[in-house]
Amino acid sequence: MSTLDSKIPEGQLSEKWTKYKSSQKLVNPANKRKLDVIVVGTGLAGSSAAASLGALGFNVKIFCISDSPRRAHSIAAQGGINAAKNYQNDGDSVERLFNDTIKGGDYRAREANVYRLAEVANSIIDQGVAQGIPFARDYAGLLDNRSFGGSQVSRTFYAKGQTGQQLLLGAYSALSKEIKAGTVEMYERKEMMDLVVIDGQARGIITRDLQTGELERWSSHAVVMATGGYGNVYFLSTNAMECNGSAAVQCYHKGAMFANPCFVQIHPTCIPVKGDYQSKLTLMSESLRNDGRIWVPKNIEDSKAIREGKLNPTSIKEEDRDYYLERRYPAFGNLVPRDIASRAAKERCDAGYGVGAGFAVYLDFKTAIERLGRDKIQERYGNLFQMYEKIVDVDPYENPMMIYPAVHYTMGGLWVDYDLQTTIPGLFATGEANFSDHGANRLGASALMQGLADGYFILPYTMQNFLADKIHQPRVSIENKEFEQAEKDVRTKLESIMAIKGEKTVDTLQRELGHIMWEYVGMGRNAEKLTKAIPMLAALRKEFWSNVRVTGDMTSMNPELAKALRLADHIELSQVMAKDALQREESCGGHYREEYVTDEGEARRDDEKFMFVGVWEYKGEGQEPIMHKEELNYEFINVQQRNYK
Amino acid sequence: MDFTLKIWRQENQKAKGRFETYKIKDISPDCSFLEMLDILNESLVDKLSHPVCFDNDCREGICGMCGLYINGRPHGPDDAVTTCQLHMRKFEGVDTITIEPWRAKPFPVIRDLVVDRTALDKMIQEGGYVSVTTGGIPDGNAIPIPKHKADQAMDSASCIGCGACIAACKNASAMLFVGAKVTQLALLPQGKPEAAIRVQKMVAKMDELGFGNCTNTYACEAECPKEIKRSNISRMNLEFILAKIVSEETI
Repeated sequence: MSTLDSKIPEGQLSEKWTKYKSSQKLVNPANKRKLDVIVVGTGLAGSSAAASLGALGFNVKIFCISDSPRRAHSIAAQGGINAAKNYQNDGDSVERLFNDTIKGGDYRAREANVYRLAEVANSIIDQGVAQGIPFARDYAGLLDNRSFGGSQVSRTFYAKGQTGQQLLLGAYSALSKEIKAGTVEMYERKEMMDLVVIDGQARGIITRDLQTGELERWSSHAVVMATGGYGNVYFLSTNAMECNGSAAVQCYHKGAMFANPCFVQIHPTCIPVKGDYQSKLTLMSESLRNDGRIWVPKNIEDSKAIREGKLNPTSIKEEDRDYYLERRYPAFGNLVPRDIASRAAKERCDAGYGVGAGFAVYLDFKTAIERLGRDKIQERYGNLFQMYEKIVDVDPYENPMMIYPAVHYTMGGLWVDYDLQTTIPGLFATGEANFSDHGANRLGASALMQGLADGYFILPYTMQNFLADKIHQPRVSIENKEFEQAEKDVRTKLESIMAIKGEKTVDTLQRELGHIMWEYVGMGRNAEKLTKAIPMLAALRKEFWSNVRVTGDMTSMNPELAKALRLADHIELSQVMAKDALQREESCGGHYREEYVTDEGEARRDDEKFMFVGVWEYKGEGQEPIMHKEELNYEFINVQQRNYK
Repeated sequence: MDFTLKIWRQENQKAKGRFETYKIKDISPDCSFLEMLDILNESLVDKLSHPVCFDNDCREGICGMCGLYINGRPHGPDDAVTTCQLHMRKFEGVDTITIEPWRAKPFPVIRDLVVDRTALDKMIQEGGYVSVTTGGIPDGNAIPIPKHKADQAMDSASCIGCGACIAACKNASAMLFVGAKVTQLALLPQGKPEAAIRVQKMVAKMDELGFGNCTNTYACEAECPKEIKRSNISRMNLEFILAKIVSEETI
C-alpha cells in the first residue's frame, strides 16, 4: 500500500499552482485520442470534468445514475458560489478567501489545496457567464453579490435562489456540446458496482443497468469519482434520494483510503421534521440569513405556550425575543459559519426554548420586510418562500419560518493528494467525493466553487500529468481476468441479497441506521455515545445480511435492490465514521465532542494532538480498518482559535 | 386520510399495461404525495409484491426527475409545484386518485410510472448551449447585461426539464421546453452568435423525435411547475422565422 504523500509542490503558496502547471507533463493531441477516461457521476464535479477532458481530446465515458446529468443533486444548491473578484470593493482578495476557507474549516484542511481553490475560483464565474448562465445583475448590468456565513465581505455570486441549478445546467450544456461532438459518451441509468484494479492501477469499472439489471464492464486508463457525499447514511438529510456513498465504499474496498469520515456538516436552516413518514429534509438557503434574523422567545413560558398552540410568535414583543446569534456573536451575527449556527440552535432547543414541536427556531423576515419592502424580499428569495409555503402550509411573509439543523454535506471523503489522485494510481476523486478543501466545516457557497474548480480547472491539468506516462499503455480488454472476477463478485453479492428473503424492508433498516447515526454520531458526540454506536452498527450490519427483504428480481428495474446495495455500504461506512469520531478527541468544525468545549461552550480544538487528517485503510472483510495520519503543516497561515465574536 | 389508488402498472416497455387498484389508509395531510407512495410501496414489499416504480430524486422541486399524471393533471392538482412538492392536504374530499405515467410518444414507458425522457437531452445536444470550451474567456463583467434581460433569461432558464409541458399537451409538443432554452440564450450576448443556427437545429430535432406542434392551447404553461411563460414559444417562433428569412446560416 502506498504511503500518504500529498505531493504538494515546493515554493511559496501563491506560486505552487502556477509552477505546477508550467512544469507538469502534457499529452500531445494525437496521443490524447488513445487515452480513455471514465467519469462516474454527472454533478458539477463530474460534468465539468468530463466536458473539459473531452474538449482536450481524451476519450471520455460518463456514467449517470439518473436519466439525465441535469438531475444530479448539485442542482439543488440554492444560495450561491464564492469567488474573490472584489467587484464590491469591500477588501476581498484571493488571500482573504483562502483565509476564510481555512478558518471556516477550523484548520483541518490542506493549505496548498485551499489556496489553489481560492485562486481558480474567479475563472469559474467567467466560465459561467460565457456559458450563458443568467447570474443576478445590478442596474448597471454588472454581476451582483450577496454575503454568506463565515465572511465579512460580499463575494457570493448567485442566480436567484437557484444558483446550483444554473451552474449545473451550465456544466450540463458544456457536456452536451461534447456529447454531440463525440468526445464524451454518455451512459444514463447505470450505477457503478465496483472498481477494477489491474497491476495496482484503476483500469475500469463494473456497472449495473438500472433498467435491465445487466452487469457491464468498462475499461479505461483512469477513473474519476465524482459521486458526491454520503449524508444519506443519516436517512433524513437534505441530500436527494439517489445520493449515496456506495461507489466511494467500493473504491475503499479496493484500496483507496477514506479521509476524515466523521466530518459531517449539519446545516442550520432546514425545515424541521414533521412525521415518521418523512423521506427527506428540505434546506432553506443560507442566503436567507442575509436578511432573516434567528430567534427564540426569551422567556421559557412563551416557548411552552407556542408549543402548545396558545401563543402566536408574531405577538411576542421585540424585547421578549432572544436573537441568540446576534447576542453571542456580535461581529458576525446571523452570518456565523454553519456549524456554529447549528449548535447554537440545538443549545437553545435543548434548554427548552425550542418552538414548533420543540426542535425548531424562528427565522424571521419582519425587520427586512419593513426595511426593504415585500417586493425586494420576494425578488431575492421568492422561490424559497414558495417552497416553504408548499411544504409547511404557512405563509413566511406573514409568519416567521421555522427551521432546525439537518445533515447536509460531508467534508470527509476519499483521500486525495494535490493531484486529486487517491491512494490507487489512476483513481481520482473530485467535488464532495474527496476530502481536501473544507477541513472540518465547509463555508456556504463553497461546494459549488470546489466541484467546478476541480472539474474545470484542476483535474484537466493533474490528470494529464498522470496520463502522460500512459501513452504506451495499451487498452485493457474487458475479458481480462480482473474484470471477470469483479463482475463475478458483484453478481454473488446481488444474489446473496436477493436470497436473504428476510422480514425487514430496506427502508426500515435505513431508518434504523439513520436513527443510530443521528442520535449517537450526530451533532453532539461523546465517547459514551460513540462507544455504544459501534456495536449497534455491527448488529445492524448483521441484521441486514440476515433479515433484509428485497422483492422483485435482478433482471428488471428494481429500485429496492438498488437501495439495498447502497444501504449495505452505508452501514459499513457508518462504522468507520463512528470509529473516526471516537478517535478524534477534540471538537473542531462540524465534529463536536461534548467533552471538549471551552468554558463559554464553544468547540475546543486540540492542535497538539489532532492537527492531522484521519485516513482509514480497509483491511478486508471482518478485519478492523487501520487509521493513518497525514499531518497538516501550516506554513503560511497563522493558526488561531476561531472567533466570530 | 384514506384513498383508493388506481395506478398504472406495466412490467416493461413491451408489456401490456393495466390499472391496479390499491387501498391506502391513515395518511397524514402533511405527507407529501411521494411519501404516500413510499408508504404504499413498503406495504407492497411486506406483502412480497413488487413495489410501484416511479422516478424521483431531490424531492424539493428542482431536479425535474419526478413527474406523475395525477387525476388528469401533470404534477397533480396544486399549481406551480412538482409531484414531490405536492402534499396530501390538497386531496381534501377526494376518494380516488388515478396515477399515470407521462403519456407521449417520444417518452416510452420503462416500467410502471417511469418513462424514458432522454429525448429532452437529445434536443439540448443540438445546440442548447454556447459553444465555449473551458478557459480562455474574458472577465465576467467584460460585457454588461441589462438587468431586465438577465432577469428574463433567468425566468426562461428556470426550466427543470421534467416534461410536464409535453405530457400536458394534446400534441405532445416540446415547444415550451425548446422555447425556454432558445429564449434564454437569445436574450444574452453570449448566446447571440449561435442564435440562428441553434433555433433551426433544435426545432429540426424536436420534429425528428416525434414531438408535435403547438396549436395554442397553452396547457403547457398552465401545468409548468416553474411557471415558464408561453411567450417563450412566441420568442422561439420569432427567432426561427428570422433565422430562416434573414440569417445567412441555415441547416
